[in-house]
Amino acid sequence: MVSTQAQKSIFYRLHIDPYLLLGLFALMSISLTVLYSVGGLDMLYRQVTRLAIALTVMIFIAQIPPEWYQRWTPAIFLVSVLLLIAVLVIGHTGKGAQRWLDLGFTKFQPSEIMKLIMPLMVAYYVSQFTMPTRFKQAFIALLIVVIPTLLIAKQPDLGTSILVASSGIFVLFLSGVSWIYIGLAVAAVLAFIPILWFFLMLDYQRGRVLTLLNPEADPLGAGYHIIQSKIAIGSGGLWGKGWMHGTQSQLEFLPERHTDFIFSVFSEEFGFVGVLLLLSIYIFLITRGLIIANQAQDAFTKLIAGSITLTFFVYVFVNIGMVSGLLPVVGVPLPIVSFGGTSIVTLLAGFGILMSIHTHKRFNIKR
Amino acid sequence: MVKRKRNSIRNHSAESALFMRRTIVVFLGILLAVAVLFTNLYYLQINSFDTYKTRSNANRISVQTVPPNRGLIYDRNGVILAENRPVYSLQVIANKANDLKNDIKRLTKLLSLTDDEIEKFNKSNRYSRSFKAITIRDQLTPEEVALFTVNQHLFKGFSIQASLKRYYPFGNAFTHVLGYIAKINNRDLEKIEAKGERARYQGTHYIGKLGIEKYYEDILHGQPGQRQVEVDSWGKVIRTLSFTAPTPGKDIKLNIDINLQLKAQELLGDNRGSIILMEAKTGAILSLVSAPSYDPNLFVTGISQKKYQALLESRDRPLINRATQGRYPPASTIKPQMALLALDEKVITEETKIYDPGWWIVPNSKRRFRDWKRWGHGLVDVFHAIEQSCDTFFYDTSYKLGIDRIEPFMRLFGFGEYSGLDLAEETKAIMPSRDWKRERFNQPWYDGDTISIGIGQGYWTVTPIQLTKATAMLARRGDNIKPHILQSIISADETVTPEYDTSKKVTLASERYWNIALEAMQGVTSKRRGTAYRTFGDAPYTVAGKSGTAQVINIKEDEVYDADKISERHRDNAMFIAFAPFESPEIVATVVLENAGGGSTNAAPIARALFDEYFKAQEQVSPIPATSPADQ
Repeated sequence: MVSTQAQKSIFYRLHIDPYLLLGLFALMSISLTVLYSVGGLDMLYRQVTRLAIALTVMIFIAQIPPEWYQRWTPAIFLVSVLLLIAVLVIGHTGKGAQRWLDLGFTKFQPSEIMKLIMPLMVAYYVSQFTMPTRFKQAFIALLIVVIPTLLIAKQPDLGTSILVASSGIFVLFLSGVSWIYIGLAVAAVLAFIPILWFFLMLDYQRGRVLTLLNPEADPLGAGYHIIQSKIAIGSGGLWGKGWMHGTQSQLEFLPERHTDFIFSVFSEEFGFVGVLLLLSIYIFLITRGLIIANQAQDAFTKLIAGSITLTFFVYVFVNIGMVSGLLPVVGVPLPIVSFGGTSIVTLLAGFGILMSIHTHKRFNIKR
Repeated sequence: MVKRKRNSIRNHSAESALFMRRTIVVFLGILLAVAVLFTNLYYLQINSFDTYKTRSNANRISVQTVPPNRGLIYDRNGVILAENRPVYSLQVIANKANDLKNDIKRLTKLLSLTDDEIEKFNKSNRYSRSFKAITIRDQLTPEEVALFTVNQHLFKGFSIQASLKRYYPFGNAFTHVLGYIAKINNRDLEKIEAKGERARYQGTHYIGKLGIEKYYEDILHGQPGQRQVEVDSWGKVIRTLSFTAPTPGKDIKLNIDINLQLKAQELLGDNRGSIILMEAKTGAILSLVSAPSYDPNLFVTGISQKKYQALLESRDRPLINRATQGRYPPASTIKPQMALLALDEKVITEETKIYDPGWWIVPNSKRRFRDWKRWGHGLVDVFHAIEQSCDTFFYDTSYKLGIDRIEPFMRLFGFGEYSGLDLAEETKAIMPSRDWKRERFNQPWYDGDTISIGIGQGYWTVTPIQLTKATAMLARRGDNIKPHILQSIISADETVTPEYDTSKKVTLASERYWNIALEAMQGVTSKRRGTAYRTFGDAPYTVAGKSGTAQVINIKEDEVYDADKISERHRDNAMFIAFAPFESPEIVATVVLENAGGGSTNAAPIARALFDEYFKAQEQVSPIPATSPADQ
């Protein structure tokens, strides 16, 4: 441990990692700044409330020792899968997709829980065996990944299914699956793409991919969002148009500007310099997460810490990639920065697990 | 527990090392992915910054051209002849409407659009860009404005635009002076482009097509202003970024006198023909009428194809401005100039007398030219010849002069040349010469041709404005004059009065020659034998004049002209030119009546009535300054 004795004593006892906390606070500040710009004080307050709840959840989860997760993982996973099935049967429809389960007092997205429990479940399974993971185990682990992923994709929620699938696959990768199997898997996925395209994807999903390939083909229709987003980002230039001065966002040319497209607003108002800062914070958090993973004391915690961290990066990559025109628009928020309750709670819960792993060590080995 | 057992046999450091290796691979992958993101963002924000900045501005900034108001046109007394009246039109921007077809259907019910209007709309909708406003109905009544305004929320993209529309309160009385403005068409656009004035006409829908409106388009149009506005993604204006007010077109004042103009129109009545009244000292056009005329307001609102076709195909040719485009044989009206030339060339003298038996034969030939007076004028001198309009005298004179001397001299008086009048619609008519005939007919010039020229017939044609100018130059003893309709340009802080060349154009060997011709012209109206004595004998002012009766068709050698026997369209044109007062010429008149018969009997009384009107007004409001008031 590199932390000083005093920090160690305070943060370690509170089960909080100061580096992660610092990075998260930095992102939250950026989030509130941009949300104020596009949504005013009202949106700011709402997000502050959500952040407070999410931080509470994070600290609460950080207090729980990793052994507890390990014990409960299979049960929670099973329940989550059942809930996903329930969503498809009796779920609440919003924006053309069945994602919500109405519990009476609140609406709730089981796929969010799946985001968290998926890496735990795969890690739980593969950590029963010695690393590197063998073919048979990897195959069973893949089944664990595929079933919930398909259930979520069927809602349909492409963004979340990608995140869920990748969180499970990351565990497999980190557990040392042979490169040969990885190569085979990649080949299989490539072979699967045509099947996906012709039989499994819905029209609107296909449309998004086509739009990505040539947004200017239909600038006022399907390509509108991505074109306006690119204009916003591009017109930000090196220094940006200044806080609250992004014309693309302020004049409502940008769609979904407080949720999925918040990165475009940020880039427009703070420019390439702002983008540099934002990405640095993300890299800082990811680096810290990977350090925590490597310092973790057993395979299970190593794997989930690594997977949570990498999934966090997938959020960043997919979101920025889609708003800047590299990836199709799949509805993945910019982690911590985008407005939205559920995703932020899930994300911070993940960071809670990371902190828990780092601060509940059974024996102290000098490395 | 099973798990514990398994863990116990694990090689922890090997697993950690494997995990570390995988982590490093993943971290490198992350760095690569971030590099991809960065490269793309760098490309967007740094490399393509200018492109996206432009597109962002194009998104939010909309430049609206604020067209200038057109300058007004006044007569010399300040009576408004062309004004701008507020009108309301219903427009739609096609790509902003929800369901254009259905909207039009509902609108048809609401405002009872006619099939014509719908068809016109569909046509312009097909040919114009979808973000451009298309007019559905041009002039809404206040009731229609109210009716639509109440229902406005049901018609997204539709709006009522208040605008100013040109209006000519005197209708057809000024058409051939003012002309009119009408919608800019493709041909106008080409001209505008060619002049590099596209920006100036952005937002302008009308342009001067004819007359003063066309000739002074540059002055009347003004400069457009600009409003830069910020719009949101719905095209709604958020705020005005900058506003440059348009510079309205300058108002202009014409030399035309409303009273004389209306009087002249009234005097023309149902005749086809033209009347021009001009100040002899300045060239100011007091009245310029061509009949028949038409209502210019029809063209402003957009004349229907049917009505336009009717105007175009009418036998009376109402679209022709007879004052400047009507080509008539000058007939006897040019005898004074012919006499001047003959005197100057010593072909005749003041004392020369010729015997007129009622006809004249080209020497060494049998070709006989008849005088209008069958029994002849007897022994005539130059005074007698002008006063009585003796043809034989001028047959002889012109024969002796020859076309080579006549043609250049007549050009000095402006025949065969543009008068310089400030109207674009003008013809030079024909001042024939040997070269002209060879070019036109590929034939040599015959002596007989010259004989006809001597009495203003044959190939020679003139326009009323040319006659007016020539008469004024007679009155001014050879000083040039430029007829002009524009008196002054009025702008907010200045009045500009154009200046014109008045230098001596015709110089004769002796001033006496002028006296001879002019005195003879006075004789026309004041001597008992003068052709217009009956009309002007009792005038309270002195007048010099000359009548003309132009043959429209050739009458065979021994045939007698009988008005009653000839179809109306083949009757003689009646012409009269005059100026007054004789001693100090103030005003020049030209009257041309198509197929009206003799000049002295039909055209002269009209000149008399106009002179009366003019001098009556002079006494009442005396003195209306001869030059423009701006000089003072």
